[in-house]
Amino acid sequence: MADKLKNWKNIPIGGKITKAGNAAEYNTGSWRTFKPEKNEKKCINCLFCWIYCPDSSIKVEDGKMVGFDYEHCKGCGICASVCPVKCIDMKKEEK
Amino acid sequence: MSKVKKTPLTGDQAVAYAMKQIDPDVVAAYPITPQTEIVMSFSNYVANGQVSTEIIPVESEHSAMSACVGSAAAGARTMTATSANGLALMWEIVYIAASTRLPIVMPVVNRALSGPINIHCDHSDTMGARDSGWIQIYCENAQEVYENTILAVRIAEHKKILLPVMVCQDGFITSHGVEGVELFDDKKVKDFVGEYKIDDPLLDVDHPVTYGPLDLQDYYFEHKRQQSEAMKNALSVIPEVSEEFAKVFGTKYDFIEEYKLADAEIAIIAMSSAAGTVKFVVDELRKKGVKAGLLRPRIFRPFPKEKIAAALKNVKAVAVLDRSESFSAEGGPLYTDVKAGLYDSGVKPLAMNYIFGLGGRDLFPADINKVYTDLRDVLKTGKVKTALNYLGSRE
Ligand code: SF4
Ligand code: SF4
Repeated sequence: MADKLKNWKNIPIGGKITKAGNAAEYNTGSWRTFKPEKNEKKCINCLFCWIYCPDSSIKVEDGKMVGFDYEHCKGCGICASVCPVKCIDMKKEEK
Repeated sequence: MSKVKKTPLTGDQAVAYAMKQIDPDVVAAYPITPQTEIVMSFSNYVANGQVSTEIIPVESEHSAMSACVGSAAAGARTMTATSANGLALMWEIVYIAASTRLPIVMPVVNRALSGPINIHCDHSDTMGARDSGWIQIYCENAQEVYENTILAVRIAEHKKILLPVMVCQDGFITSHGVEGVELFDDKKVKDFVGEYKIDDPLLDVDHPVTYGPLDLQDYYFEHKRQQSEAMKNALSVIPEVSEEFAKVFGTKYDFIEEYKLADAEIAIIAMSSAAGTVKFVVDELRKKGVKAGLLRPRIFRPFPKEKIAAALKNVKAVAVLDRSESFSAEGGPLYTDVKAGLYDSGVKPLAMNYIFGLGGRDLFPADINKVYTDLRDVLKTGKVKTALNYLGSRE
């Protein structure tokens, strides 16, 4: 949360969020314990991982799986579990 | 003398009639004794096409308040009604309605909260909810219940308040007793309540908003801070709205009612229907030259401590009557709040507490006479013998 926190006079009442489409501002990637990594060679670009990822963290370009959005990937491992050719490995986060 | 037309109504019917005139967009309610007649009478108005309200017959009070929260947030003027265990079952959502700042108006027919199980009047239900963030109005009779249901709409929806309001009346005593009620003109009520407009309604699909998100360490406190401010604002806004009400309908409502208090040496503080019996006893005592008076708080949340201190400034001994026990071992909720409210004021009458009327135990003029006799004793000796008393319990 980069911007300074506001005081009670400057926020909408009752916890309302008056702007839509701001979930991306919440960096869910900071919780991650395991990080998905892909073996390029084995991937068949079936995009199962893209369909199943609960955090829209599979990046796709031109119909091809091109990597992960690590800002938001929370490391749940669903992609690795559904991948039919088992080309995603969950690696322990380093630091 | 001008003749005022009065209609015989029970307190419950008076509420239902006010609701008919308010014509809220949505009513979600579940019947519970002694509130049932409100929902029953109002359902008749709906069935007869006399209102345009969408009525939601839910399966429990938890669902009733949940539906009210959704509906008020969607942009609909919303009402419900309940009593005792029904209010208890709503509990979780009662707090959510207040903290989400939804101006729901809820008539509550006061009834003892089980157990042991009991369906008769005391204030244990709404007194338990005194810290829920709702404004609470306590009415003495059917006329007041009728007028305050209308007034509550404007208080709840005021931009500087935006808090839900409970309009309380005594179960059976007021809710089922028939009184002559002077009813207002439909159009006047309609004009007074106006149109329900809140900022950011959920159904405004062009401007999507989120209600009720997770609110953690970074902002929850600020939202609670706003809520305290809204309750403090109510102290200054309620008189403005009441002033406007008085101009249209004639009755001037204050936070408290003073009855023969100006020159009183001894006084009782009591809320709701009990005040009526106290007034009768005050009149009797005045005939005998006893300087007795009554102070009746009408609004308990926000707590009008300044008004109470000002009204008591010449009173030497006071007895606070609580129709509920708070089990703090320090007395009932009205007593402890009155004492706390006076702490900084410099007004310090000798004070006693009387818990009375639990589970619908009748309060007779003889009981009240006993309290005034005790007060005269205190006045004579300058000492309170027993601070915490139980009026009408077999000791
Ligand atoms: S599920 Fe596996 S094979 Fe299919 S696109 Fe994702 S990584 Fe590639
Ligand atoms: S680990 Fe979970 S969150 Fe991360 S990319 Fe895979 S499915 Fe999405």
